Amino acid sequence: MIAARKLGRVFGEKRVLRNVDLDVPDGGFALVTGPNGSGKTTLLRICAGLAQPTEGELHVDVSRERIGFLAHDPLVYRELTGLENLELYGRLYRIAERKERIGMLLERFGLWDARHERVSAYSRGMTQRLALCRVLLHEPELLVLDEPYTALDTQGAELLDAQLQELHGARTFLVSTHDPQRVEHFATTGLALA
Amino acid sequence: MTYVADVSALARKDLLLELRAKDTLPSMLLFVVSVFVVFHFSLPSGSSDVAASGLLWVAIIFTALLALGRAFVPEREQHVLDALVLAPCDRSAIWLAKSIATFAFLAAAEVVALPVFALFFEPVSGPMLAGVALADVGICAVGTFVGATAVATRARELLLPLLFLPLAIPLVIGGVGASVATDPARYLGFLGLYDLLFALLCWAAFEYVVVE
Amino acid sequence: MSGHNGKVGRAHRIPLPTLAVATFVLVTLALALVFFVAPNDADQGFRQRIFYFHVSIAFTSYLCFGAGAWKALRHLWKRDPHADLESYVAVHQGVIFGALVLLTGTIWAKTSWGHWWVWSEDQLVLFLVLFLFYAAYFMLRYSVDPGPQRANMSAVYALFGVVLVPVSFMAIRLSQRLIHPQVFTRHGANFGGWILVTYLVAQAAVLVLAYTLYRVELTGKLIDARLRELRLA
Repeated sequence: MIAARKLGRVFGEKRVLRNVDLDVPDGGFALVTGPNGSGKTTLLRICAGLAQPTEGELHVDVSRERIGFLAHDPLVYRELTGLENLELYGRLYRIAERKERIGMLLERFGLWDARHERVSAYSRGMTQRLALCRVLLHEPELLVLDEPYTALDTQGAELLDAQLQELHGARTFLVSTHDPQRVEHFATTGLALA
Repeated sequence: MTYVADVSALARKDLLLELRAKDTLPSMLLFVVSVFVVFHFSLPSGSSDVAASGLLWVAIIFTALLALGRAFVPEREQHVLDALVLAPCDRSAIWLAKSIATFAFLAAAEVVALPVFALFFEPVSGPMLAGVALADVGICAVGTFVGATAVATRARELLLPLLFLPLAIPLVIGGVGASVATDPARYLGFLGLYDLLFALLCWAAFEYVVVE
Repeated sequence: MSGHNGKVGRAHRIPLPTLAVATFVLVTLALALVFFVAPNDADQGFRQRIFYFHVSIAFTSYLCFGAGAWKALRHLWKRDPHADLESYVAVHQGVIFGALVLLTGTIWAKTSWGHWWVWSEDQLVLFLVLFLFYAAYFMLRYSVDPGPQRANMSAVYALFGVVLVPVSFMAIRLSQRLIHPQVFTRHGANFGGWILVTYLVAQAAVLVLAYTLYRVELTGKLIDARLRELRLA
């Protein structure tokens, strides 16, 4: 599903990615590791289609609407409620049976009771859980998760473990982390960035 | 049809955000009335109608800049623009929705500003109103586009007026002409042409300024 | 990015030394014609001669902005690898010559009418607006790190500029009717004979000069870009 050859990216005067090769088959789970500043986020952004590489070739066999991207930021509007945020994304992704799906996700991630509160009132863990709802809302085929466990509270982390367990093999994953132990057992491919 | 649905979903979001935050619109109202008061003191007595109309347009442009500077703030601060860019909708829908929302704010500010202008200076004529409406379209279309560009740079807010003002000059000319000339139709036609050309350009080009 | 034979960038047909010589010859010829051969203008006399350069430089400037926009289109549409730098250098030349238009225009205004600046001259006002617009182009370019996004933004902006030229011109014409009902009149010259020849030579000289400067600057920029590539490899 993802095939990258000699991918490189320069930002201004800094080289962030150099000669990266990556192959992720359908249903595969690619784990990207490396210290801070090694370009994990940049690589994930390029694969998700948010940035262009300055060198190399990239083929991603899935269209934009089938990609789910979890970034460092939750990518939700702080002044809208949890429900309003998911409603917006639900419309943009043209989800069938939007209300039911949103309700189901909010329940599963323990946010149903807080759905009418503005995101600015959520805790960090709750916000990250909402971000996960956003990512899973449109049932993407490719999930690009940038350090998903970083901002999650214990409850959220367990829920994410359960999701990964449920979906791995059926969906393709590209996950970066600097704590590989948690997800190593899912990985079919590994990439260590220097 | 999904394009229209996308645009309306995004525009609703922008209007909702402003209704919650309640900061841009009140600031614009206060700003525009303050500017009128400043104008009164800076216009020499016995100034012509043209001078007062001209100043109205200066007020509109700078009030619009206030709104435009704030337009992409939520998207920028939390990088939410990434999520919108990633969504399946056409990227130009993001621009169009923002323009529509900004137009709504500008129009709302003018609903107050124009009567105040009529009170302080001189009455607002039909062609002047038409000129305001047409110019607003151009201001919002071009301004939103430029705002999105500025937000992606290091200089950000500094760059917005620099990029916007040269593009706004024809709008001011058209607007002033519509307000004071004996044949306003010519100026209104010109404003329509500007709106058409630049809206088309913005619509086609927005895609290119939001991907890194 | 590096072309064949170790040359950097696109292979251009006319070599730079030839251009430099051509520029020198044409400019000298133009200066000779303008100052010694062309007849005196009926009511402005000797001072009018700056007009040969003023018009030539203005036309060249428009051409540069047009070229910049064309290259910008090629960058966005065809992903032409050198088009971004070519567009940038063309716009830069356009701005340099645009500044010269303003300079020659003010000199002409001062010697003709006694004012350094006249709002009634449409072309001059247009160049002022364009100068502001393209100056902002450079601010934009320097405010973004080199990369795909900067190239895209610059290209889009260059295209906006080229649309702005006719739109602004129309606007300025419209504004003159409002603000300056009194127009400074100028007797049109008989545009034949030596006047035509002088103008054509002056125009050719300025065009070749602009192209030479464009090539020189482009080469420099391409080398910089190549060096940067090697440094960051």
